[in-house]
Amino acid sequence: MIEEGRALFLQIAESVEDSIIDRSLAEETQAPSTNELAAFYRINPATAAKGVNMLVDKGVLYKRRGIGMFVAPGARDRLLAERREAFADRYLDPLLAEARKLGLGPDDLSRLLHDRAARAQDATDTEGTAR
Amino acid sequence: MSHVIEVTDLTKRYRDTLAVDRVSFTIEQDTIYGLLGRNGAGKTTVMSILTAQNFATSGDVRIFGQHPYENARVLQRMCFVRESQKYPDDALPKHAFGTARLFFPNWDQALAEQLIDDLQLPMKRRIKKLSRGQLSAVGVIIGLASRAEITFFDEPYLGLDAVARQIFYDRLLEDYTARPRTVILSSHLIDEVSNLIEKVLVIDRGRIIMDEDTDAVRDRAANIVGDASAVDAFVAGREVIHRESLGHVASVTVLGALTASDRERLAAMGLDVAPVSLQQLIVRTTQHAAGVSGSAAAEDPSATDEGALR
Repeated sequence: MIEEGRALFLQIAESVEDSIIDRSLAEETQAPSTNELAAFYRINPATAAKGVNMLVDKGVLYKRRGIGMFVAPGARDRLLAERREAFADRYLDPLLAEARKLGLGPDDLSRLLHDRAARAQDATDTEGTAR
Repeated sequence: MSHVIEVTDLTKRYRDTLAVDRVSFTIEQDTIYGLLGRNGAGKTTVMSILTAQNFATSGDVRIFGQHPYENARVLQRMCFVRESQKYPDDALPKHAFGTARLFFPNWDQALAEQLIDDLQLPMKRRIKKLSRGQLSAVGVIIGLASRAEITFFDEPYLGLDAVARQIFYDRLLEDYTARPRTVILSSHLIDEVSNLIEKVLVIDRGRIIMDEDTDAVRDRAANIVGDASAVDAFVAGREVIHRESLGHVASVTVLGALTASDRERLAAMGLDVAPVSLQQLIVRTTQHAAGVSGSAAAEDPSATDEGALR
């Protein structure tokens, strides 16, 4: 689950963000604690704390005194906006680079994209819940 | 955060060998450190000097602000699990644990018993007759159950199988989370411990060559892979620590985090970027240090060859 070459605390923060985006962690519910994250990912608790603190600084989580961390209202929309903005950089650029190497142009990609999207639509029930 | 250990210009010389060469560093309270480096780099020497089991040739060591030598108040707050700990000939594991229980004020008998169970240590066999892994288990149990304010583990996993090592790592994290304390873990299995350690100290030939937050090091280097001439064009002006090639394809490890514009440029040039694990980074930097220190360590002509072979 953890990949090399990227700061661990960022990956921990992203894993919490992913749960918020896919709604498995709803707004105003309690987020996993630093110690739970550390135990689950088998990482140093200080590193997990750094990830959680980053989410607090970003306004994604907030602290309820004596209880723990909770997901801030509006967090999901803000995360969605942020991820959509990063989508092209993160996914399209590598796609275009590989396509160029294989001699596939934008039209080929567009056709492939539509084919795949249609196929995925058919299998929505299984595919949709997988991630 | 306060420093529990302060080392200044520590030097240890054995006859004509300089084992530790003017080393200075500090250890922060309640932090897990990885003390990493090749065999003979000086790790065990440093740990035995810090725990007053060996003398420094020169330099200063302060533990909790005091000198550790013959200082019982300091020594009972530290636990050093040696790779090759000696026990009395007829001792059973329970004798070793009994002694530890007397010596360490924070000893937790329940934790010790749980670990004996987890690691399936035969309690009725003399320590002398234990396997290498079982002997390591004795050390691991003492190290964890002593709950000392500073615990040194010197390659505690020798002979332990993967399951037992995972038990050790899990129990260490669990107990550290419940009762934060300072842990210094010396290991060759860098990939196994890289997620546990908050800070990394790398010793190479008696010198500290890395003293940083582990997380800060994770994106410190990258492998650039692709057409050799394109790779060369990209890495020009960057610090290259390793290079391999196969036909027209080159794989070059460069230091320095890649910026977003670097990544765009790499994509445009059709080059691939592969992450470098902490283990690879340390292997490459110690190799690299061996390769370029030719001027500094000219008395050792085998150094560069050795680096290139590994």
